[in-house]
Amino acid sequence: MNSLSLNTTAKIFQYELNDVVRSRWMVGYGVFFLLVTDLLFRFGSGSAQVMLSLMNVVLILIPLVCVAFGTMHLYSAREFTELMLTQPVRRGALFSGLYLGLSIPLSAAFVVGTGIPFLLHGVEAASHFRTLAIMLVAGVFLTLIFTALAFLMAIRYDDRVRGLGLAILLWLFCSVVYDGIILGVIHAFADYPLERPVIALTLLNPVDLARVLLLLNFDISALMGYTGAVFEQFFGSAAGRLISLGALALWLSVPLATGKRLFERKNF
Amino acid sequence: MVDISGLDKSFGKLRVLRGLDLRVERGKVTAIVGPNGSGKTTLIKIILGLARADRGRIVVDGREVTHDGLQRERIGYMPQAARFPENLTARHVLAMLQDLRGKTRDRDEELIDAFDLSREMDKPLRTLSGGNRQKVSAVIAFLFHPEIVILDEPTAGLDPVASSILKDKIRLEAARGTTFILTSHIMSEIEELASNLAFLLDGSIRFSGPIDELKHATGQTRLERAIAHLMTGKAA
Repeated sequence: MNSLSLNTTAKIFQYELNDVVRSRWMVGYGVFFLLVTDLLFRFGSGSAQVMLSLMNVVLILIPLVCVAFGTMHLYSAREFTELMLTQPVRRGALFSGLYLGLSIPLSAAFVVGTGIPFLLHGVEAASHFRTLAIMLVAGVFLTLIFTALAFLMAIRYDDRVRGLGLAILLWLFCSVVYDGIILGVIHAFADYPLERPVIALTLLNPVDLARVLLLLNFDISALMGYTGAVFEQFFGSAAGRLISLGALALWLSVPLATGKRLFERKNF
Repeated sequence: MVDISGLDKSFGKLRVLRGLDLRVERGKVTAIVGPNGSGKTTLIKIILGLARADRGRIVVDGREVTHDGLQRERIGYMPQAARFPENLTARHVLAMLQDLRGKTRDRDEELIDAFDLSREMDKPLRTLSGGNRQKVSAVIAFLFHPEIVILDEPTAGLDPVASSILKDKIRLEAARGTTFILTSHIMSEIEELASNLAFLLDGSIRFSGPIDELKHATGQTRLERAIAHLMTGKAA
């Protein structure tokens, strides 16, 4: 990407940002994290418990909001996209600008909304800061990944009902159905050594990866569940973290590159 | 100026363009004519890079059009039905396009005055009538002094006053050497504006050349008759 494209990306990002930041949905999303985190603190729980409760919000809510926001946003930016495409703008630069213009405010809403209450209330132990940092990283990864998947759907399908529907199905699959499948596999093949297949299955789902990444950082091995325990046993905490982060990065780059490729070939 | 050769384009099983060849001369107004669904808009979108051809090449001024869309630097485009970001005002959109091009070069805002659009410029585009949106779209097409202007049914949806203002602008810029490609179903308009004509049928060009030549070849004095002649397949 040369400087001209980068410049174009920056400009499109800026137009997008102006538009997105003013949206009531985006503000509401940030305020939601702020209120939930603050309430968890006020109900008398310590920072470790707050993080544990937040974990489920992060794992379930972030992917859902991102697939819904991401598809709807790209569909409603269709006019803007078409206008930009009548101008001397590279498609790749336009795609990057559109993607960053949504995914960065979404990530910021989460980080700021969650971070402020922690700054106000403080944490009990210094090690909790590291756990908080990992939780923020996992949340940002999920934001980037599911926004990319949403863009992929919205680019692939011109029909918005179809695009949004498939994106929500994807969320349902990753968040709910997939765990059921893993449990089914464990149940059905209980007589066999399952560590390796289960690890492979975990690597194939970004929500599970984020969950493993988070669980490796809490001192609650009992709550880690099968996949978390296997991960720790198999890789150890440090290597497990690195591997899950690497797999998350792969989960981000593949849909993003595919979406960009589709966008570059699309007929408008 | 614009050289198109062997253009193929299919949407699924539907073959829209079949080995289309066309040469558009510099400084001339070329009208693309053809029945509905003959591929006019697809052809225009491929020249602009909005749609991708399956095969074939387009050369603008000796430089092959690549897929980076940078040929649009010198092209002004007015689509059949303009779509804008609904919440922005026309003034905002114009400023955005200027910023995007990053040029200090002066803008051609003649049409804003001619259309008497200044009062509409500060309203959100979604509140503008269809005709006024078309006017904004025409303003954008001419805004950056393009060397080539592509107009897809430019006067459809414009009232007679606005339509003549736009036609005057086309004639003025054509006289200054701008190349025009336009589509229209209004024969009188084509006779008024265009010197060259390309007749598109079933995805390929059946005639391309000066309008006088077409009339001569078909033995007709009126363009409408001459084209009817082409459609029924009797002409060369």
